[in-house]
Amino acid sequence: MTGTPKIELRGVKKRFGPKVVLDGVDLVVNEGDSLVIIGGSGSGKSVTIKCVLGIIRADAGTILVDGADVTHINGARREAQLRKFGMLFQGAALFDSLPVWENVAFGLIQGRGVSRSAAREIALEKLAKVGLGREVANLSPAELSGGMQKRVGLARAIAADPEIIFFDEPTTGLDPIMGDVINDLIHATVRDLGVTAVSITHDLASARKISNRIAMLYKGKIIWDGATKDIDRSGNPYVDQFIRGSAEGPIKMEVRR
Amino acid sequence: MNELVERLNIFAAVGRVFLAFLAGTGRLVLFAGAAVSHCVRPPVYWLLVLQQMIRIGYFSLPVVGLTAFFTGAVLCLQIFIGGSRYGAEAFVPQIVVLGITRELGPVIAGLMVAGRVAAAIAAEIGTMRVTEQIDALTTLSTNPLKYLVVPRLIAAVVTMPVLVAIADSIGILGGYVVGTSTLGFNGSVYLRNTADFVTQEDVVSGLVKAAVFGFIIALMGCYHGFNSKGGAQGVGQATTNAVVSASILILAANYVLTSFFFSR
Repeated sequence: MTGTPKIELRGVKKRFGPKVVLDGVDLVVNEGDSLVIIGGSGSGKSVTIKCVLGIIRADAGTILVDGADVTHINGARREAQLRKFGMLFQGAALFDSLPVWENVAFGLIQGRGVSRSAAREIALEKLAKVGLGREVANLSPAELSGGMQKRVGLARAIAADPEIIFFDEPTTGLDPIMGDVINDLIHATVRDLGVTAVSITHDLASARKISNRIAMLYKGKIIWDGATKDIDRSGNPYVDQFIRGSAEGPIKMEVRR
Repeated sequence: MNELVERLNIFAAVGRVFLAFLAGTGRLVLFAGAAVSHCVRPPVYWLLVLQQMIRIGYFSLPVVGLTAFFTGAVLCLQIFIGGSRYGAEAFVPQIVVLGITRELGPVIAGLMVAGRVAAAIAAEIGTMRVTEQIDALTTLSTNPLKYLVVPRLIAAVVTMPVLVAIADSIGILGGYVVGTSTLGFNGSVYLRNTADFVTQEDVVSGLVKAAVFGFIIALMGCYHGFNSKGGAQGVGQATTNAVVSASILILAANYVLTSFFFSR
């Protein structure tokens, strides 16, 4: 890999009150990578990507995007920065006051000043890409099933042709078949658009399918980072335990008995 | 044991509450400052302002009108009872119009709109917060303050004076109906006394109050909605806090504004 990494985190720390969530995260994502961050619930996966987006401010450390320091930027520079990103939220986070097509076209209309009719055409095209027909375009998000909402969320994330897409738990809460449909869509999206993708999940089947690299976050630090094909011989007892999905091992869940 | 002593320590408890209050006040002032600064920096989403004006102003008309009518009616009855003890029944129209335009019109409308609108705003924005829709706005290069807060603030500040002007008229009508139907006032005399007595300052001071109350209502709804956390219960809590704090602030601001107009 040559050139500047697409995203680089150096020693990023974040705490909420007394609870330390990120304790010096170091991570490099190269252009064209599809990285999956795995880790248990509450290990700081979501906080990591929200720090990169600037939704949550890191307490310490540096975040670089395309080599530029974006840790403390604000206002217009932050908005310009965010144009590089698309994000699929865990619960899809569709705007329930707007019909489906306006959700998809939102970033184009509000963020980039594309005319409504042009934005609608793009929205229909992106909806078709995720396998949704014109008939859903005028429905309200509340009328859609969970899987369809996720697909609309995906269409919204790719609507403005971002360079980097974040996927927050893309398959959580879906049945296995719909989960696999979403995995295929993500895989195809990353391959066809040539974007850099960072996903967070604790669904290993999904992680194996959509990624070429996996990083594991544990107690606020990246404890393993390597190619997806090497995940089964990581030699790291924490990763092994996570993959086996076993309660026995170095990771102790804080469960009172 | 030590921890228990600490918990029971009255000074520590008072200090904790006081510090939390100061921190909350600081956060609110910063939020208000940021929101107001976005009101004067383009772009402003005028279509959303219009939409909010309809939701905040137009749909509040029935509830504000009904409460204003009954308030005017009961005010007329009570002033008649009080006035008759001194043989001053003739002053009923004058006192009703003064009470409605200076105090009761703005306060009653403010409290009713606080219950209706501050709750609705807090619930809507709070739900958007807990379902990550506000974060989604940010990732789509849209400032949530500009998209959600500014239209509601502008709409509330603009529509509240209009609502209160209507409430004033309906409140005076309520007094007129009771005065002429049960208290034996002559209709044209009642109206002439009302119109001759009321001054521009009476009405304008009420409308200025209304604009301030509108700001308080929208700000409280947005602030508590923005800071809600933890699912359905958090949104419910935010809604309650928005209504309670808006109502208290309206009554407190009402006193401050009245003493300001009084001292001039």
